[in-house]
Amino acid sequence: MALTLSLELAAWTVAILLPVSVFAGRWLAYGRFRGKGAVEALVMLPLVLPPTVFGFYLLLAFGRTSPVGAVWQQAFGHQLVFTFEGLVVASVIFNLPFAIQPAQRGFEAVAAELREAAATCGMSPLRSLWQVELPLAWPGILTAMVLTFAHTLGEFGIVLMVGGSIPGETRTIAIAIYDRVQAFDMAGAGVMSATLVAISLVTILTTFLLSRRIGRRLS
Amino acid sequence: MGLDVAVRAAGPIPLDAAFRVEEGELMALVGHSGSGKTTLLRTIAGLWRPTSARVRVAGEVWLDTGRGIDLPPHRRHAGVVFQSYALFPHMSAAANVMAAMDRGLPDRRAEAERLLGLVGLSGLADRRPAELSGGQQQRVALARALARRPRVLLLDEPFSAVDRATRESLHAGILALRAHLAMPVVLVTHDMNEAQLLADRMAVIEKGRILRDGSTAEVMADPEALRALGVREIAAMLSARVVGHGDDGLTELETAAGPMVLPRIDAAPGTRIRLRIMAHDVILARGRPEGLSAQNILPGRVAAIVPGAGPGAIVHLRVGTEELLARVTRRAVEQLALAPGAPVHAVIKAMSVARDHIARPRPAG
Repeated sequence: MALTLSLELAAWTVAILLPVSVFAGRWLAYGRFRGKGAVEALVMLPLVLPPTVFGFYLLLAFGRTSPVGAVWQQAFGHQLVFTFEGLVVASVIFNLPFAIQPAQRGFEAVAAELREAAATCGMSPLRSLWQVELPLAWPGILTAMVLTFAHTLGEFGIVLMVGGSIPGETRTIAIAIYDRVQAFDMAGAGVMSATLVAISLVTILTTFLLSRRIGRRLS
Repeated sequence: MGLDVAVRAAGPIPLDAAFRVEEGELMALVGHSGSGKTTLLRTIAGLWRPTSARVRVAGEVWLDTGRGIDLPPHRRHAGVVFQSYALFPHMSAAANVMAAMDRGLPDRRAEAERLLGLVGLSGLADRRPAELSGGQQQRVALARALARRPRVLLLDEPFSAVDRATRESLHAGILALRAHLAMPVVLVTHDMNEAQLLADRMAVIEKGRILRDGSTAEVMADPEALRALGVREIAAMLSARVVGHGDDGLTELETAAGPMVLPRIDAAPGTRIRLRIMAHDVILARGRPEGLSAQNILPGRVAAIVPGAGPGAIVHLRVGTEELLARVTRRAVEQLALAPGAPVHAVIKAMSVARDHIARPRPAG
């Protein structure tokens, strides 16, 4: 149950961050604007902040008395903290650096001349993205999604702060393992930990093989 | 009709240039790196927007900063061959060519193969760029530029990334293609040989300004343009027709200045070619010299003498209906008492004309 919840959370996070990583990554890779450095630094912030600190501020921001929490309460009739939706929102924000940075590097690897060639070939920016940029930048985007997925599965501090440990709602596998250990159920914690290791290994291995195969086809 | 360009910009490279290229005409923008020639090309393609510029192609305004018109590059019909070719590495040669076609076009694959055939790449349609040689990649880039059905064709140093032998064959390829190019063509190059061999007209550009715009002969008569190009680049273009090939490896030619022989040129009898005769390779003699190893002695008259800044002078010669240039010392001009109207003989060693100074369309096959 905790595992399904974790997988669900990871899947939602990846689904939401995929388009975000493509458009934000592309924007940061090709855009030239004032304050680009500041935007990049802001995106990186969750990487350097302790998850508990980050979770604490999200807890404040999502709370019933905060503007965000109040709007959510109005719209959906329940509060954002200590719910699965709240976890998804927190996870999306916390994973921004993992999703955007590798995608940005992927887009940066597409030579400016290729994008210019696409334009002079009559491709609109959207068609250029689809036909030229994405087929060349995808290793970066794939890396971004794998990192996001794996990172969400293992996230502990932020989940505990924003979601607590409500079975079936916010108790992800990482929390469940902690709970098991607290209850001196080492065998239970062991099974869950081994499952998590197996899933992570399979994910990384599949990505690796897939990218090698497509990479071979390209060169 | 044709291509009309006027550009002014303060930086990064200051530009103040205007030129016109007719339909079917090939104009070379010649200059050293940093002269602004590539920036001019990018302005036409829409990849660069100067402070103040106007670009009009076939009666259509692509850019007019004064009237706030600026078509994005994908809405301008410009075929561009980039210096590094910029082929899409994940697509086959045919897919690269098809990528530049309008999507509504029927039978795009067949059209791609026709264009690849036109540039001499039949049978390589399914290769990826990484599986092609530099010269082949350049031809794919050219086919892709033509697939756009461009109103103007822009070539940015398209021969600079290949070795000498490949360059020669690519030059021949462009000359063979000329009959199919009905649009204005702009070639950016730093190579005077290339400009003279391939272009109908050239514009010599320095520090963003066009010093001189005209035929080879007109540019060669302009002291300022010659200073920018360097005296070692002074040369005349001579038209010739292949008459036949001798057993000793020499090719007999017929020119307006008289018969000539050169080391074997791979072209069938009757083929029209053009020769670039370097001014510093031409020797002048008042009488017809005897007992000389040089194979080509062309009688003519002095048309003009342009003294250089140093010890040299450029002698313009009328030989038949053509003009030759000889770069000799001012001392020689005095010793031979050369003056406009004086009869002279131009002596050209057969071996002095380099293979890559001969413009000929690609031989069949």
